[in-house]
Amino acid sequence: MQLTEIHLDYWRKNLRMTALLLSIWFVATFVVIYFARELATINFFGWPFSFYMAAQGSLIIYVLIIGFYAMYMKKLDIEHGVDEGEQE
Amino acid sequence: MSTGTASFKQQLKRYYSFYTVGFITFVILLGIAEQMGMPRLYMGYTFLAATILLYAGIGIMSRTLDVAEYYVAGRKVPALFNGMATGADWMSAASFIGMAGGLYLQGFDGLAFIMGWTGGYCLVALLLAPYLRKFGQFTIPDFLGARYGGNVVRSIGILSAIIVSFVYVVAQIYGVGLITSRFTGLEFGVGVFVGLAGILVCSFLGGMKAVTWTQVAQYIILIVAYMIPVVWLSVKETGIPVPQLVYGKVLEKVTELEKKLTADPKEIEVRKIFGDRAKAAAEKLKAGAETSYNADKAVLVAKVDELKAAPTPDGAAIMAAENAVSSFAKDVKTYETQLKGQQAAGGRAAPPLPHGTPFVGVGKTDEEKQKSSDNKRNNFLALVFSLMVGTAALPHILMRYYTTPSVHEARVSVFWSLFFIFLLYFTAPALAVLVKFDIYSNVVGKAFADLPAWATSWQAVDKALLNIVDMNKDGIVQLAEIAIGQDIIVLVTPEIAGLPYVISGLVAAGGLAAALSTADGLLLTIANALSHDLYYKIINPDASTARRITISKTLLLVVAITAAWVTAQKPGDILFLVGAAFSLAASAFFPALVLGIFWKRANKPAAIAGMLVGLGVTMYYMLRTYPFFTNMEFLANIGMGKMDLWFAIAPIGSGVFGVAAGMSTMVVVSLLTKAPDQDTQDLVEHVRYPVIKGDKLDTTNAYS
Repeated sequence: MQLTEIHLDYWRKNLRMTALLLSIWFVATFVVIYFARELATINFFGWPFSFYMAAQGSLIIYVLIIGFYAMYMKKLDIEHGVDEGEQE
Repeated sequence: MSTGTASFKQQLKRYYSFYTVGFITFVILLGIAEQMGMPRLYMGYTFLAATILLYAGIGIMSRTLDVAEYYVAGRKVPALFNGMATGADWMSAASFIGMAGGLYLQGFDGLAFIMGWTGGYCLVALLLAPYLRKFGQFTIPDFLGARYGGNVVRSIGILSAIIVSFVYVVAQIYGVGLITSRFTGLEFGVGVFVGLAGILVCSFLGGMKAVTWTQVAQYIILIVAYMIPVVWLSVKETGIPVPQLVYGKVLEKVTELEKKLTADPKEIEVRKIFGDRAKAAAEKLKAGAETSYNADKAVLVAKVDELKAAPTPDGAAIMAAENAVSSFAKDVKTYETQLKGQQAAGGRAAPPLPHGTPFVGVGKTDEEKQKSSDNKRNNFLALVFSLMVGTAALPHILMRYYTTPSVHEARVSVFWSLFFIFLLYFTAPALAVLVKFDIYSNVVGKAFADLPAWATSWQAVDKALLNIVDMNKDGIVQLAEIAIGQDIIVLVTPEIAGLPYVISGLVAAGGLAAALSTADGLLLTIANALSHDLYYKIINPDASTARRITISKTLLLVVAITAAWVTAQKPGDILFLVGAAFSLAASAFFPALVLGIFWKRANKPAAIAGMLVGLGVTMYYMLRTYPFFTNMEFLANIGMGKMDLWFAIAPIGSGVFGVAAGMSTMVVVSLLTKAPDQDTQDLVEHVRYPVIKGDKLDTTNAYS
């Protein structure tokens, strides 16, 4: 099995995107919780901001992260010729 | 997309649309029957029987003897449907029944479960699902065995998969028993076995194929059942049918009421009663239960004698005093239990918890408060971490991504999974706030004579779920006088919202669907680990397909009955069992799986050491800190008794230590030993790309 420069480029881009999305995940989860007491003073449509994030906001971010990754990788697959083509 | 897949998808959509319409019609018909006077008990039976028959029907239609169909549903489950099936597989009795109640009782701090049980899917999507799908095959030990080579890693994988899934399945069967017994009046033990029959008809005949299609059906029931009461309650409280968007305003009102109730003199009076009683009970226990028992009893008896000896005996007073003697605890043991209960109820002397405030610190000084608040934050972080990493390591969930037709579909399927899970999880906090508002404004401050009907009827069902006692004898309900159990919140919502009983039945059916679907997935994981990984891959690689499936089915039966037997012994706290399963899974599997994909250098000795150390650290921590174990004498005798917490982290979040230990062990051992051979490195390259032109490796069909 021979990997070309194109393959390595695909994997690098994949790793970069994975790292980027994981850092968003990290901020939306652990940073928000760490500063929850400070963020609770902000009123967000009735919710204390940290309550809103933990109950809803971060969850929406998680769903978006996964949806975006699936779309991004589909494009990356096709651009680098590693896509699965038409599925049977 | 070829016509075959497209038409299969169309067909599925048509089937499940018919099914949904049919189910709604069934509920409406039962509603009409209720109006015409059908008794509640029969409605409970009808719901139970109808749903279990339905699942059995799907199970029979999906029966199969084909290996790929039995283990991975033929790898043709479209992303959307795999998402629904994963949703049902994922959401257990704890999510459906317990979670909103936990949020009601714990406020902000309960949100650790909401975040932890959703955010883990980011790890599944980004680090595992697409690569595992490319690898193919049937189980998680399959991947570990192929990546690290040899039977040792595979065996540790089998052992971990069984421990994790078994702990978790016991929690599910417990939930099944609870729901069936409550809604049909059957005994708990009988309920467990009825539920078990329901689980078996799904998975026994058709393995993964049957389980997948039943889980889709179960998802539809559980999400409909969860939404209807909350939407209705939201209309009642706010006039808007989208509770998730508007409950912020309700939370503001709840916060106002909390302030009012904290300062209310009557509330303070009741809280003081609880506080004093707890203090007195503690002193009596300290003096020794037997001494206090005799002293207390002597006082009562002396009172009777004194009244009788009076110059003009007062008949009524004597009668009251005699009653006090006869209703006094009949032996020391009962007396001691009563005292312990009173002591534990001392928590009710605290003012209401501010629902929206994170990490409320308790203590006498500001410093103490700050420290306890920091502790709560650290525990929240540790719990969220353990639950998330555990999500990305539970074999019964990861296995589901083997069933999609392609790598791309696996990625999309994680999206749908989380989307369908999200629907329930972002509703639960709304439900908790709405119910709290209703109780604070419609029960608190009412006269005992005017309690809503649900409050009276649930107290009759089980005092542990709801108990309202007039402590200060003023005839008015104070918040501090209400003791409410976590499991009641979801079950009681239809009645609070003023919906007919048929909706309560629907909610019970939803809870049952949640518990059954999770139990199905777990049992299958255990049976597959034994039949596929242990028997076929290690003991007898020449076994015929028919023999392998027969063995798997037999094992399924044995495991199911064992699990039901263990459940019938009622082995303690459900929430802890679930939390333990996540921490164990996280520390056993996560490092080996993720490093196996992203780090070519990770090798066999490292995987063995890392998995054993991870699992070992987590188990050790639980054994030495969780009361269920620390109360066992023989453990203390062998020097494994209670120890201090590490960084004040509660045992439920112990995954944080196990994962850290497992991960670092793997890195160190890998670097100290020799790099894996070329074949293994090729395998890693192979799973990283959906398709590589000229790649001769075909892991998917290597062993089918």
